[in-house]
Amino acid sequence: MKGFLRLVARDLRLALRQGSDATIAVMFFVLCVVLFPFGVGPEANILARIAAGVIWVAALLASLLSLERLFLTDYEDGSLELLALSRIPMEAVVLAKTLAHWLVTGVPLIVAAPILALLLNMEAAGFGVLVLALAIGTPALSLIGSIGAALTLGARRGGVLLSLLILPLYIPVLIFGAGAIDAALNALSPRPHLLLLAGLLAAALPLAPLAGAAALRQALE
Amino acid sequence: MPVFSGTDLTCLRGDRLVFTGLDFRVESGGALLLLGPNGSGKSSLLRVMAGLLRPFRGRLAWDDAASEDDDQHGGRIHYVGHLDAVKPVLTALENLSFWASLGGAADPAGAAMAALERLGVPHIAGVPGRYLSAGQKRRLTLARVLAAPAPLWLLDEPTVALDRAAVRLLEGILAEHRAGGGMVALSTHADIALPGAAELHLDHFAPATGDDVDLDSDANGDGEAAA
Repeated sequence: MKGFLRLVARDLRLALRQGSDATIAVMFFVLCVVLFPFGVGPEANILARIAAGVIWVAALLASLLSLERLFLTDYEDGSLELLALSRIPMEAVVLAKTLAHWLVTGVPLIVAAPILALLLNMEAAGFGVLVLALAIGTPALSLIGSIGAALTLGARRGGVLLSLLILPLYIPVLIFGAGAIDAALNALSPRPHLLLLAGLLAAALPLAPLAGAAALRQALE
Repeated sequence: MPVFSGTDLTCLRGDRLVFTGLDFRVESGGALLLLGPNGSGKSSLLRVMAGLLRPFRGRLAWDDAASEDDDQHGGRIHYVGHLDAVKPVLTALENLSFWASLGGAADPAGAAMAALERLGVPHIAGVPGRYLSAGQKRRLTLARVLAAPAPLWLLDEPTVALDRAAVRLLEGILAEHRAGGGMVALSTHADIALPGAAELHLDHFAPATGDDVDLDSDANGDGEAAA
């Protein structure tokens, strides 16, 4: 446990010193959403109608953007070998690195989302649910993504391969995440959507580190 | 007195047989010097010893208990490979303290500083990894084995990028480690004094020479220092 926290602390420190990953993810998220009014026109009704979906799709892509580097730098400089030999189980290494990744890239998305919702003229009724759905959904995105990041380690053009592998797996999160907001906007209960989203997170939490650890061991051979 | 040994090891990389029928044995205080031309499998053998690579055939044992599926094995070794694992944005001391703390050092920062001093580079403690020279990075990597205790050191060409003085320093550190009952397995192309080390010539285990090659040295070493 101590080693787990040390690894999270080290990854956070690395991210803060470099600063690029976190800002790139959130900047990409903002720009991606801002493009839509230019594309579909400034009609307020249409934007309000598609706001939930647009924000979720942009969040998926932004989360994907930095995933390639989740294990790559540690793999390239030999740190991953040493982590594999350390007393921390490989599953905990995956979980620690994913947690740090989510804190650095997922949390800023959650903070930026209401501002973008305002920009897209979403009704205020959806804001709370939007933040809640993203808070449950983005950790699930990071966890599912960690499997892909581990699997594509050492592959050429791993980033492209990663997108192809992971985006289909993101679909359930997208459906229930956007569904929760739509339900809230139509005066229905978002509860079932949020519960299903939480169910996805609960399933990914133990399964993704197991799969990720197996893939990392394979990559190190 | 721990003993680390391997029996009838065969290593397969891709579809290429690197070495086959290899036996080795290191006892407490002993050292194993891996020799052989490029590509003869020195690094592969060290990775097999570390548990990073599964032997295609054969068995590794720590005190006669199989070490392959033993979760404790990682805690007994220090592995220094070709990569330095130095993060460019962390200072030398931060890099080293992290590994020391994972290795179970009681006072990671103190142990890390002491290790840097032992390797003669206390002045790089506050320098970020990206400003270190190749030799300084190498010393920092070698300081890792001192910063946390482990009985078996696996060093893959530790002298690369080191100057003469640093090699002498390393020889002293290795002798000290062995005097304290530690074990060393290292590969090198350079001259490094390892008194009483058993030599293992990897090219003798190349598959072309067949499976039934005799060992030219029994990898036991006659230079057992007092534990």
